Amino acid sequence: MPFFLLLQREILLSFRHASDTLGALLFFILTSTLFPLALGPEPQKLQQIAPAVLWVCTLLAALLPMERIFDQDYEDGSLEQLFLLGIPPSLLAFTKIISHWLCTSIPLLCVSIPLTLLYNLPISILPIFILSLSLGTACQSLIGGMANSIALGAKQNVFLLPLLTFPLLTPVLIFGTMLIDAKLHNLAFLPHLQLLGACFTIALPFCPLAAGIGLKLAIE
Amino acid sequence: MTISVANLSAFRDDKLILKKINFSLLSKEALIIRGSNGIGKSTLLRILAGFKKPDIGNILWNSKKIFDNPEIHANYIQNIAWLGHSNALKPSLTLKENLNLYAKLYQTNLYETLKKLNLSHLADIPIQQLSSGQKRRTALARILLKPAEIWLLDEPTVGLDQENIQNLIKIFSSFQENGGIILVSTHTELPLMNAKILHLFPPSLQ
Repeated sequence: MPFFLLLQREILLSFRHASDTLGALLFFILTSTLFPLALGPEPQKLQQIAPAVLWVCTLLAALLPMERIFDQDYEDGSLEQLFLLGIPPSLLAFTKIISHWLCTSIPLLCVSIPLTLLYNLPISILPIFILSLSLGTACQSLIGGMANSIALGAKQNVFLLPLLTFPLLTPVLIFGTMLIDAKLHNLAFLPHLQLLGACFTIALPFCPLAAGIGLKLAIE
Repeated sequence: MTISVANLSAFRDDKLILKKINFSLLSKEALIIRGSNGIGKSTLLRILAGFKKPDIGNILWNSKKIFDNPEIHANYIQNIAWLGHSNALKPSLTLKENLNLYAKLYQTNLYETLKKLNLSHLADIPIQQLSSGQKRRTALARILLKPAEIWLLDEPTVGLDQENIQNLIKIFSSFQENGGIILVSTHTELPLMNAKILHLFPPSLQ
């Protein structure tokens, strides 16, 4: 019950701050459409770079509203109030991470569908493309949420957040792009999907736990 | 119910700010914490709220040390309501939306609470459009929504006019009559029932 009430509140807050999500979407669309303009309209070349470009742009766009996951609650005193609800800190962190994924990553996934056409990707690749990006963005929300809670309270957390997030996201990015690449060239893609799934399976319990510890330390 | 503090000391950035603090409170009693700015009033209240562990000493709640056992700590924080320096309100949400989470979670009547603080007519107005006094009263409404035994209040009267301070005193008295304990830091006169006063001085002068 507290989990759903808190999730409801987080989603409501995201709707009221829709400009954060819109900013991320705009960034994603602009950066993704700039590549074809810079590289030229050659369909083969675009198809070749599509997995890497779309993956990198999605991850960078989803990172933009990341610092807001805990920062505002920390600064306005809400984090202290949420602690006193009696919800375990890890569950509190998990709720906010889910909210970030629902309100930022899902719209990005929706926007990425028409962009695959721009890069001349075949329609048959769409299901696996969306599945891989769903796992990738979920990993990013988990890793970014953890990094954000660790950086909370640090004066220069604007620099800390990408520094903590990107090294941990590198394997996710590699497996994700290789997965799309393998599917494009009719090679075995299952091992890459399994590795991506393994990253998600490790991040799912570990990141909220670490984020909970980070939040606890931040309010001390 | 009792809450007591024995020989509590705390450091902030390696500097001693609270030295050997002692007090004990029973149901219906209140503690008014006084002292100049930066003396450690908020730090003491934050320790009492369970956010920060004291460097020396402990807090005893019904004779149980709250920082030694996670289960006791979890039970303790369920029994306290906290009003910090910040109002902990979201400017983009309405007053009702800000408090809904607490009202639903504790199954308390939001409109009854708002009525007590003369806030009912502002329920659907975004927090960013309220005055500082109205925001403070909204933050105080959150205290009333939680069925807690102990209220920890850091400067609760900031931004309030005389009429609202008098109303607040009535609310505090009613809470104490029902067995509650109030610990409050304030610079204004608050005539609370069964009040003890704790003056904080720089540790070097103690």
